[in-house]
Amino acid sequence: MSLSREEILKIANLAHLKVAEDEIETLQAKLSSVLEYVGQLSEVDVTGIEPAAHITGVSNVLRDDVVKTTPVEVRESLLNAAPSREGDLVKVKAVFQ
Amino acid sequence: MSELYKLTIAEASKGLRAKTFTSLQLTQACLERLRAVEPQVHATLQILDAQAIEDANAADARLASGAALGPLDGVPVMVKDNLQLRGSRTTAGSKILENYESPFDATAVAKLKAAGAVVLAKTNLDEFAMGSSTETSAFGVTRNPWNLTKIPGGSSGGSAAALSAGMCLGALGSDTGGSIRQPAAMCGVTGFKPTYGRVSRYGLMSMASSLDQIGTFGRTAEDAKLLLDAIEGNDALDSTSAETSRYVASAYEGKSLKGLRVGLPEEFFADGIDPEIKERVLEAAKELEKLGAELVNVKLPSARYGLPVYYVIMPCEVSANLSRYDGMRFGLSVPAPSLKETYFTTRHDGFGKEVRRRIMLGAHALSSGWYDAYYLQAQKVRAKMKAEFDALMQDVDLLLSPTSPSVAWDLGEKFDDPIAMYLTDIYTVTVNVVGAPAVSVPCGFVRDLPVGMQLIGRQFEDALVLDAASRYQTVTDWHTKQPML
Repeated sequence: MSLSREEILKIANLAHLKVAEDEIETLQAKLSSVLEYVGQLSEVDVTGIEPAAHITGVSNVLRDDVVKTTPVEVRESLLNAAPSREGDLVKVKAVFQ
Repeated sequence: MSELYKLTIAEASKGLRAKTFTSLQLTQACLERLRAVEPQVHATLQILDAQAIEDANAADARLASGAALGPLDGVPVMVKDNLQLRGSRTTAGSKILENYESPFDATAVAKLKAAGAVVLAKTNLDEFAMGSSTETSAFGVTRNPWNLTKIPGGSSGGSAAALSAGMCLGALGSDTGGSIRQPAAMCGVTGFKPTYGRVSRYGLMSMASSLDQIGTFGRTAEDAKLLLDAIEGNDALDSTSAETSRYVASAYEGKSLKGLRVGLPEEFFADGIDPEIKERVLEAAKELEKLGAELVNVKLPSARYGLPVYYVIMPCEVSANLSRYDGMRFGLSVPAPSLKETYFTTRHDGFGKEVRRRIMLGAHALSSGWYDAYYLQAQKVRAKMKAEFDALMQDVDLLLSPTSPSVAWDLGEKFDDPIAMYLTDIYTVTVNVVGAPAVSVPCGFVRDLPVGMQLIGRQFEDALVLDAASRYQTVTDWHTKQPML
């Protein structure tokens, strides 16, 4: 199965990735080769098998829903990691036009 | 004292306690060795020498006053650069995090520090641990200390190469499909991937969360165990980490391996393997037999689906995990006229080609109309593989296989062929898919390059895996060979 040019553009859009014109053909070839390789999974009979959820069987790990404080310097460092900061807020481009 | 950097952790720990040398001397010996060989190897991304010397002095003060913390106190180690280490740059080998400074410590790193270990440097890796050769790092390739024209394996190639070259006494890595075991094999060191959930993943930059596991590199299986002892444990910050009550002690500790059943799965010695590697591993099997183990030929038919299952589940989880790199909260942000264009351009310019390929594969496999055929089917085959593995492990205690079908290849050789590169993980991925523990141990050389054998155990029987590997190392000396650099 080979991915079309339109499919590559659709996937890139889903993945939030810009694709340059000269990258499309290579992506078609490389992604298609991997999809072809993993396609062999369809031949496995999985009748009656539940999909794996957690491989060591850990389930429903809960914690109390309480606010925990973060040391001031860690908080500062987290805020400073943002490319754009205004006071104690992370500044982003307008979400709604 | 000039060759202190060649010691094992166990030897160094004894020497420190006997006051034969100090942690400062040991740390400086490693740093000198690093300065001498790093220009050829390029195993590290950031050297933390000032902090390391401060930590070594603190360890010396504890050792002098009889208040040493444990076997790792004052021992110089390195940490893969996808693990958060507060105040260091943590790049994951990606341009998108080139200037990112860690606000906190990963749990494994915090535990390592609490045990007194001296962290010398952050090690190079394939970008976000995606690769098998350390060539996808945005900051240059790492070279194999045994032959500088060869790859060191990957993705934890920097950790394996640094240890092999004598820059440190042990290291941490992460293993999603073989990323500790395969570079350990190619660089001639011991590399251990614990049972899924034995080591907290908190502070490990997520690649594929259901497969990722932090693990250890040592010159011996004993050293790999000393590091594991320090970093393992249940962690409230990682809800997938397991209770320590599930850990099983080795039934063979301090005893002969008589009664131990070691299975050789026929699928792991079949097509595509370098025949000389097969010979080395079969010789190693004979050594285990001499130690008392019983060798059994076994079958694990679903192992052939290990790699395709991995190449569906992994990219799906990658595409979800890496959506956080959007140029808003941390890392690179490429200015563009709108929010959407900022996302798209930042991610295009910040991620390398292999990372973008895997994100796109995952986005496709999870998209409407394809989810059942790819992700759901892969999770069903995964469940089938786990059931088959569990049934087989009722009959044998350990599985023995080669770690990799080939020795280290030339730099650049497989870089443009994703399938050829993926196939080099064929013997390691199944272990991640079923969540089991496994170690790679040096077992000889082929064409002057190290070969590793893999021992696989039942979930939470990590101690048995390392115990058997340790026993093998008492009767062989492959692990003592060090490259001429």
